[in-house]
Amino acid sequence: MRWVAWGGVLLGIALLPLFFPWLGLASTLALAKGLAALGIALLLRAGLVSFGHGLFYGAGAYAVAFATREGLREGAVLLSLALGVGLSLGLLVGFFVSRYRGIFFAMLNLALSMVFYALLAKFYYLTGGTDGMRVPTPTLLGIPLERTAFGEVLFYLALGLVLATGLVLDRFLRTPVGKALAAVATNEVRLEYLGVPVQRVVLVAYSLSAGLAGLGGGLAALAVGHVVPELAYWVTSGEFVYITILGGVGGVPGPFLGALAYELVRTFAFKYLAYTWQLLLGGTMLLVIFFLPGGLWALLGERRRRATSA
Amino acid sequence: MILLGLLDGLVYGSLLFLVAVGLTLVFGVLRILNIAHGSFYALGAYVAVVLGFWVGQGLGQPWLTYPALLLAAALVGGILGPLVERLFLRWAYPRPEVLQLLITFSLFLILEDLQKLLFGVQPYFLDAPLRFLGTVNLGGIPYARYQLLLMLVAVGIFLGLRLLLQGTSLGKVLLAVVADREMAQALGVDVNRVYLVAFSLGAGLAALGGALASPTVTIAPGLGAEVIVLSFAVVAIGGLGQVEGAALGALLIGLCRSLAVYLAPELDVVVPYLVMVLVLLVRPVGLLGTVEVRRI
Repeated sequence: MRWVAWGGVLLGIALLPLFFPWLGLASTLALAKGLAALGIALLLRAGLVSFGHGLFYGAGAYAVAFATREGLREGAVLLSLALGVGLSLGLLVGFFVSRYRGIFFAMLNLALSMVFYALLAKFYYLTGGTDGMRVPTPTLLGIPLERTAFGEVLFYLALGLVLATGLVLDRFLRTPVGKALAAVATNEVRLEYLGVPVQRVVLVAYSLSAGLAGLGGGLAALAVGHVVPELAYWVTSGEFVYITILGGVGGVPGPFLGALAYELVRTFAFKYLAYTWQLLLGGTMLLVIFFLPGGLWALLGERRRRATSA
Repeated sequence: MILLGLLDGLVYGSLLFLVAVGLTLVFGVLRILNIAHGSFYALGAYVAVVLGFWVGQGLGQPWLTYPALLLAAALVGGILGPLVERLFLRWAYPRPEVLQLLITFSLFLILEDLQKLLFGVQPYFLDAPLRFLGTVNLGGIPYARYQLLLMLVAVGIFLGLRLLLQGTSLGKVLLAVVADREMAQALGVDVNRVYLVAFSLGAGLAALGGALASPTVTIAPGLGAEVIVLSFAVVAIGGLGQVEGAALGALLIGLCRSLAVYLAPELDVVVPYLVMVLVLLVRPVGLLGTVEVRRI
């Protein structure tokens, strides 16, 4: 039953740009943000909320931008680079933040991402300052493409990536380390007594989640063709948490569902309600929190359960 | 030069203190880290400028802008504060920390747009209060008297808060709720009312910070988003829920930042966060933070 819903969602996303070509960029961005939100959801399993994953999202995006400036033009290599930068930066930052819990964890992440944001904005001779950097259209597997075709191909590449990461993560959550994550949220002290190295479990999860955010950032950089410091701003990080809760943290597809809904609302609202779209977002979130605690994914689950029992 | 840098740092720290102490007060009592706190700061600044413009231009009396600043803080704290607490936050109390953070983040988004709807996106600027007081000569360099006044106000608020918490019955009730909510409730304290009062007071302090800062900065969208992360840093340095900690954190950040402006100008924006990270490395709960429930 689960796989049917999974497949339905995927197929829906896959067909979206065919019927609405102008939604192509929004859908790719949704997948990119969904990857970052998946990282947030991974940490949320351990009861940790990061208000600073913009750091890794931005780092992935800027890694791609710098690499293309140095002459690297292969999309697959660029995306691997973004993933690698996210993973290693996550390991580095994780050593430091994995000792903290609760609000302090959230705020430390926030502070570190703001350091990165400020550096990106300040060192304009390296990063282009607040104007950002252009990312020229790269080749994909050695094939040069023009902009429109590249956008379309990138979308399906992103979809494949998302599918692969989803499967890997689903697998990871069933390993002992993955199972230990949920136990960290429940009772950390007892887990220590059982001989589980809690801090290392958190570190692994943190690095993975940072890698996901980095990959998302790299994808966003390729899709938009431009990177700006705002990718690392704390409001972007807040967006990821927003998307995660909107979609629901229950399963792997939740964050992507959330990201898709978020990006669609954003695309429409940005066009017609330039000054009130944040208001709309905030209002929607309050409604979701108060009336739909499991997120959009739970809404689908609810329907399914009702359908099977009837 | 050094004196000037020192003064700049103290003035900056004073403004930060006003915002951060409200944040820490709200956290101490309600146990919620309010992301929308920066919006109260921005709204305080906007209301102050609009009011100041009315009385300054309409009545032609520049000194009237001072009561306008205070009125702005009182309006935001007294009307918006209770409204937000009653309508939204009270539903957040029984929920997990993640959702509480996200609820205040949603409030931040909503208030940010409300502010754009009410005041538009064009920048505002009103320096009548600044010009009214003129400058004082400090070692051959003119320095705005208004800036010095800001420091006095911050010290006054700090002393006033201490007096309120330790000398009045309201303050003692606040401290009791902070120490043990259930016990306070069992002894007949109306906890909901205490929450309302503490939140409005916190919002009012943020609005006061914004109103007082308004003559010295240009007010445009994004103001609240900037201030809130800085006050997070201040509060984390001092220890969550600590009034004295907020003062200490604000001073530390203010002084370090002005030091950075003189020594390494490109790093001035980064300094507050670096200070925070360093402090938390050494003391994970902040300078004055305690691991136990006793806060404020």
